[in-house]
Amino acid sequence: MCLAVAGELVSISEHADPLWRMGDVCFGGVLRQVSLACVPEARVGDQLLVHVGVALTVLEPEP
Amino acid sequence: MSRAKALLEQIHRITTQPWTLMEVCGGQTHALLRHGIDQLLPPEITLIHGPGCPVCVTATARIDQALTLAAQPDVILCSYGDMLRVPGSDGRDLLSLRAAGADVRVIAAPLDVLALAQRHPERQVVFLAVGFETTAPATALLAQHALAAGVSNLRLLVAHVRVAPVLDQLLGDPHCAVQGVLAAGHVCTVMGEAEYVDLAARHRRPIVITGFSAEELLAGILACLRQLEQGEHRLENAYASAVNANGNGAARVLLERVFEPVDTPWRGLGAIRAGGYRLRAPFDQLAIASPDQGSSETSEDCCPSGLVLQGLLRPNQCPSFGSRCTPDTPLGAPMVSSEGACAAYHRYQH
Ligand code: SF4
Repeated sequence: MCLAVAGELVSISEHADPLWRMGDVCFGGVLRQVSLACVPEARVGDQLLVHVGVALTVLEPEP
Repeated sequence: MSRAKALLEQIHRITTQPWTLMEVCGGQTHALLRHGIDQLLPPEITLIHGPGCPVCVTATARIDQALTLAAQPDVILCSYGDMLRVPGSDGRDLLSLRAAGADVRVIAAPLDVLALAQRHPERQVVFLAVGFETTAPATALLAQHALAAGVSNLRLLVAHVRVAPVLDQLLGDPHCAVQGVLAAGHVCTVMGEAEYVDLAARHRRPIVITGFSAEELLAGILACLRQLEQGEHRLENAYASAVNANGNGAARVLLERVFEPVDTPWRGLGAIRAGGYRLRAPFDQLAIASPDQGSSETSEDCCPSGLVLQGLLRPNQCPSFGSRCTPDTPLGAPMVSSEGACAAYHRYQH
C-alpha cells in the first residue's frame, strides 16, 4: 500500500484554502481526483508523485 | 550497454570485501527480488530486508481493536486492502468478519473516508490508519477536513509508524550486522534528509536515499558500497528526482499540526521510542484511544516475524515458510502484505 505512483496533472480546482486544492491526475489514461494540499507549486502539465490520494512531490522533468 | 548493466559492472568492480546492506522498505525488497538483483550482485554482498512494511508492523493489539469495532453493528470500518487479511491475536482477520456480515470496506485514499461518513450520518465510520510518514500526511489531511466540515461520525484508529526511530533502534543494537542502509525514497520525499544525516553520523554507517526501479536500486547500492569501500559514512541522496533535502514542507507542517510522536509497539519488534504518531489536540477528539501505546509486545510463537523484520532470519529459513504459512494461509503479517518480505520470497523464489 505504500508505494507512490506518478501521473500527469491535467486540471486544477482552485480553492481559497490551499488545504482544499484538488486536481485531476491522469495515471496511464485513468483520471483520479487527488489532493494538491502538499504541492502548492503544482501546475497543469506537471508530473506528480501521488500516494493514497495525496500528491507528495512534483517530479523533476527527465533531462 | 544498458544503464543497469553499467551500474552492475561498477558494483562488481569496486567490491573488494564482504558487505551487508539493509534496504528499509518492503517495496524495495519486492523490486530487488522481482528483478533478481540479489542474484546479480557480487557474492560478497548480503542484502538484509528491513522492517519497512507498515502493514507488517502494526501491533496485534491494534488489529484486535479494529476487529472488535468492526463487529459492532453500527460501525463501518475502513482501511487499506492489505490490512483486511492481517490476523489478530485469535487468528481472525477483518476479511473473515466481513464474510460474517460486518461492514468492512477497502479504501484507496483517506479523503474517501470523509465522503463515506457524510453519506452515512447514521453510522460510525472508523478508519484504521496505517502507514509510514509517506502515508501519514493523507491521514492528517483527513483529520483537518473532518474537523473543518464538522463531521461527527468519523473516528480514526491511528497506527502510523515512523521510520527514523526504528532505524535508530536497530542500528544501535550491538548484534546488528548491517553496515550500510538504503533508505526508503518515498518516506524521504516527505521527511527530507535531516533525520538521516543525523542517523548516519551517530551510527557511523552510510545511508543512501534510494528509489524503486532497478536502476535506482542499483545506483543506491553502488553509492552505498562506494562509501563503505572508502570508509565513509554520510547521507547520500541517490533519488534526487523525487527527494529534496528538506522533504515536502507542506506535508511536514500537516504532520506536525495534527500528530505528535509517541512510543509505539511494532509487531515483532517491541516498543519503539517515538516510533509512532498519535493525534494531538484538537484533532484528538477524532481519536479512538489505544490502550497499548507505550506498552511492549513480543512476537507470537508460531510466527517469528520479529526476527525477519530485524533481518536476523531470512523468510525461507522460517520453519513454517511455504508449508503452514503461504499467501493463501498466512500465519503472520509479512506473508499477508503485498510489501512483506515473506510474501516477496514466496512470490519470486518459488
Ligand atoms: S513465513 Fe509466515 S510464519 Fe514465518 S515469519 Fe513469515 S509470516 Fe511468519
